[in-house]
Amino acid sequence: MSKFKDIKKIIVEKPLKLDCGQTINNYPLAYETYGKLNDDRSNAILIFHALTGDQFASGINPITKKDGWWNYALGPGKAIDTDKYFVIAANVIGGCMGSFGPSDINPETKKPYGTNFPVITINDMVNAQYNLLDYFKIEKLFSVIGGSMGGMQVLQFVSNFPDKALTAIPIACTASHSAQNIALNELGRQSIMADRNWQDGFYEEQNKQPDKGLAVARMAAHITYLSKAGLQEKFGRKLQERDDLKFSFDADFQIESYLRYQGSVFVDRFDANSYLYITRAMDYFDLTKKFGGNLSKAFEKSNTKFFIISFTSDWLYPTSENRDIVIALNAIGKNVGFVEISSDKGHDSFLLDVQDFLNTVKNFLNTSYKQIK
Amino acid sequence: MKKEFYNIAKLVTQNSKILDVGCGNGELMKYITENISKDIRGIELSKSNVQKCVEKGLTVIEGNAEKDLKQFPDGTFDFVILSQTLQAFLDPENVLNELLRIGKKAIVSIPNFGHWKVRLHLLLKGTMPVTENLPNEWYNTPNLHMCTIKDFENYCKKRDIKINLKNLRFHNFFSELGIFVLEK
Repeated sequence: MSKFKDIKKIIVEKPLKLDCGQTINNYPLAYETYGKLNDDRSNAILIFHALTGDQFASGINPITKKDGWWNYALGPGKAIDTDKYFVIAANVIGGCMGSFGPSDINPETKKPYGTNFPVITINDMVNAQYNLLDYFKIEKLFSVIGGSMGGMQVLQFVSNFPDKALTAIPIACTASHSAQNIALNELGRQSIMADRNWQDGFYEEQNKQPDKGLAVARMAAHITYLSKAGLQEKFGRKLQERDDLKFSFDADFQIESYLRYQGSVFVDRFDANSYLYITRAMDYFDLTKKFGGNLSKAFEKSNTKFFIISFTSDWLYPTSENRDIVIALNAIGKNVGFVEISSDKGHDSFLLDVQDFLNTVKNFLNTSYKQIK
Repeated sequence: MKKEFYNIAKLVTQNSKILDVGCGNGELMKYITENISKDIRGIELSKSNVQKCVEKGLTVIEGNAEKDLKQFPDGTFDFVILSQTLQAFLDPENVLNELLRIGKKAIVSIPNFGHWKVRLHLLLKGTMPVTENLPNEWYNTPNLHMCTIKDFENYCKKRDIKINLKNLRFHNFFSELGIFVLEK
């Protein structure tokens, strides 16, 4: 845990009753902030990260030394302009960038929790992060924003705290994880659990790492983040540093080599148990469950102004699922805008340099901000 | 801004809740937002027009009026505006019913196929009329269901739709456009 010694975190004393029934308290919640909170504390934005993201959304991640995951969207003068807004990003509980997660030491056993860590949900993640509002003494957020699992947290946040966000931008997400989503996550989990180094989740105490299983999980997931057209355009059937097929199982094709690379760099920065726990949380996500299948009821008490964004080539969280959220909001006369952005970059579009998307976010935020000023 | 839009804007009341169906680049919505009511949103099919609305800071829902009006409950809006698109729908009758269901009032404008220029064009040239308001040729026009002001009035009568005629400034022969305020 010492590698997280210098990063910002709060220790949440307030007990949090998890959906699984267990209660946690005095747990760490790692966060990062960008920009400055203004005097009347009205310019704060909480952004939520996706499955493998963390609190280091912009700049250089001090642990991995890699670029922040939302460098295209977040920073001075960018779509989420940190010259203007105060942005808070936290690592979700269950994660592996300093927040309470399965690689933390269990005080009772003095060993990492491993799979003794409680199963957490999107609801638990959001409730944990809500403590940051108290910490920064923010009465009302200007916006809550997130893509993919981050978008699910946006929806959950507005549902749980209907008067705490003026605006909300859920991006490329869903209100209820589909069978296909669950199936793809299960593929990743099975891959990790099939690695003999996984050791039922107690690999750390045996100084082992289920790197192969985690890498395959990442490779499979990575395909779902791209589109067929995007893959074809970038790789086609191009060969990897060779003139012809080698008639072996070596990486003949560039796409194979690319996926292997994606898998190998992922294991350096992500924990296998966190991958299990977070994908589980996504699979358990169904905002309609508590409301008898009626999504509108999840937002009934809220006056938050929504702006929903999907991408044409995203087949993981397709436009139709994003539109269901729009429909649910319109059905109760809530204020909602919706745009489907043209992009062949698949689900990953929200993380990339997709100009129409970035302009859309920027315009929505800036005009909404003008309206409250 | 087009004269038509000023005329439509005069028909909506202060701070009313408005939906602009087929809001285009948001010109009318912007004018209404700035001068009459902030509680306005639009539905638009074209991606480039949706982007133009977003640039103007307007609330817009990308979607197809023919399919997407059903998500709104009855009487959601004080006014629903439909400017010169009724004739382009596959099923204009259904769209009209939806407008009158979700809006307490519907403001509908139509290009008038009974205008004297249109009549003269067909009479003298014997070809499909091409005018300022109907700029396309027969083979590329989006207008599937052209009608005249008189046709529209007859239709409303038949369907028990009330037309607020006081706001109809133009007539069948001399008007290129018909603007109607409808109530069920």
